[in-house]
Amino acid sequence: MARPIVEINGVNKIYGSNHVVKDLNLVVEEGEFLTLLGSSGCGKTTTLRMIAGFEEPTSGSIKVEGEAIEEKEPFERNVNTVFQSYALFPHKTIYDNIAYGLKMKKVPKDEIKKRVHEMMELVQLEGFEKRYPSQLSGGQKQRVAIARALINRPRVLLLDEPLGALDLKLRKQMQLELKRLQKKLNITFIYVTHDQEEALTMSDRIAIMNAGVLDQVAAPTEIYEHPATKFVATFIGETNIFDGSIRSINGESLSIQIENGDVKATGSEFAAGEFINVSVRPEKMKYALDPVEGFTLIATVKDYVYVGSVVKCIAVLPNGNELKIERLAGQPLPQLGEQIFPYWNEKDVVVIHNRDQIFYQAVDNVVLG
Amino acid sequence: MKKHQWRANTLPSLVTVGPVTLWLLFFVAVPLIYVGVMSFCSLDQYYNVTFQFTLDNYKRLFDVNYIKIYGQSVLIAFLTTIICILVAYPFSFLIARTKSKKKMILYMLVIIPFWTNSLIRIYGWKTFLGTTGWLNTALQFLHITSEPLELLFHRGTTVLGMVYCLFPFMVLPLYTAIEKLDGSLLEASADLGAKGFSTFFEVILPLTASGIFSGSIMVFIPALGYFFVADILGGGNSDVIGNLIERQFQSGNNWPLGAALSIILILITLLLVKIYQKLGGDMESLGV
Repeated sequence: MARPIVEINGVNKIYGSNHVVKDLNLVVEEGEFLTLLGSSGCGKTTTLRMIAGFEEPTSGSIKVEGEAIEEKEPFERNVNTVFQSYALFPHKTIYDNIAYGLKMKKVPKDEIKKRVHEMMELVQLEGFEKRYPSQLSGGQKQRVAIARALINRPRVLLLDEPLGALDLKLRKQMQLELKRLQKKLNITFIYVTHDQEEALTMSDRIAIMNAGVLDQVAAPTEIYEHPATKFVATFIGETNIFDGSIRSINGESLSIQIENGDVKATGSEFAAGEFINVSVRPEKMKYALDPVEGFTLIATVKDYVYVGSVVKCIAVLPNGNELKIERLAGQPLPQLGEQIFPYWNEKDVVVIHNRDQIFYQAVDNVVLG
Repeated sequence: MKKHQWRANTLPSLVTVGPVTLWLLFFVAVPLIYVGVMSFCSLDQYYNVTFQFTLDNYKRLFDVNYIKIYGQSVLIAFLTTIICILVAYPFSFLIARTKSKKKMILYMLVIIPFWTNSLIRIYGWKTFLGTTGWLNTALQFLHITSEPLELLFHRGTTVLGMVYCLFPFMVLPLYTAIEKLDGSLLEASADLGAKGFSTFFEVILPLTASGIFSGSIMVFIPALGYFFVADILGGGNSDVIGNLIERQFQSGNNWPLGAALSIILILITLLLVKIYQKLGGDMESLGV
């Protein structure tokens, strides 16, 4: 295991009656690209701002390179930030913006010049020295913001939804560039975003936050294939979630009762009678025209959604919940109005402990109709 | 022109632009022309204005005694502006950047006096500072001084009154400029290693300079003309250009000379605004 560079221990942040970050524990390793992912208001930006030193934790401690930082001012830390709105100084040229950090550290002029030019080359902005931020495009401003933060050679770079204001195509391009930069410079990146695809593309590890609580920290594939909570399962990618309870256990094989009937799955560490969630990815959802052993679900095909390379089929269960089945375009799907028997391979689905102890909550499936 | 065209185009424009045009015509253009014409008129032996062209009024403006007063007026206006900046900047910063509820109270503290007649407020200062005024009474009561201090009728007292009257004109543009300041820029500055002092001079001050600039214009120009402040608090010891004009129209009964002085003041104003604009000042923040 690599050396830890940022250690967050039992951090809470409370604004008045608003508990924004709840008992957060997280270790960021040196040189990794860690993404804080969550919907807006989940506390991810607050967490980032606490690491940056702009906010103080209400309780708990944050260490960077083994040193507690609560006592230090932002300018004393080896951490730099790329702001969501770029926060470029509008009255300074691109050169002066990038040189700012070095100027503050009273680095000799010759060296500033050399390092600014290095940085501008790194982010491919040569020739823009004398322009002002207002004369640049969004993507260029973004590069300036990154260069300005990186010139201080921080150990940790914090990025607060840095690509949020860019259009899709540019965002994709910048994602790859950021990843390339991070690997090249071997700097730890802590990246905040609400875009799950961005998180999956760029991160070494993803930390998913939900309402101030850290639900899971793991590599993208692990998060996608083995979500630890119902929130993670629904937030990352599309899924069919069923609330249910365990009827009986036979080795690893679980017989599960859900509102619409019985289904099967595999898993260990479960007890009979326990409330659980089953997450079935749309591409893993199968169907038959005759009943399948162990499954008693029946659904009626209601709609098709064409999404370019894939086609989604929406089927309705007796209780009104919708089921998504996804196939590559051209592969067979049932007819509209046809009655089908959905099932899946036991090993293709994930069973999750239901923390909320809620059975039959009929709001989980995204309504696409 | 056809009737429907008149209805469609001319009538709406007359209704919308008409009143403003009339207002500007009768309350700005006509008086200005009147003053302009007056400044070239002469007086007859009975001090009646006659329409006889002369440049004498303008020649008299170069009288040494007048030039001294111009200098004094510029000095007073300059001091007033500087003091206003120094006092209003921290104050505006406080009310613009604080999130607390006191913000509105502080803001109202500036605005409410602003709505009150300034003549009354200046008389208030006279009462407060006079030899038998509150301040002297209090100082003697507390045995800080043994006899009343002559606080009135100094150049400093005039400056004090000017600062007091014109303070809101400095606060308002400063407040606007400081409030517009993006907080993330200050965080970025700190993040990049700047201490508070550097952040102020590198980021805050340059980005709020426009507010200082328009505030200065809005304080300096009226300070040249606020004759009643110089009259009441300065007691004739610290006349400004406004006093000269007032005197020609009132006791001096020399309207053409007063008009010439007015024209000069208008030209100075225009010149300052022009410089302001040339230097990149924002005309909207002057309310133009």
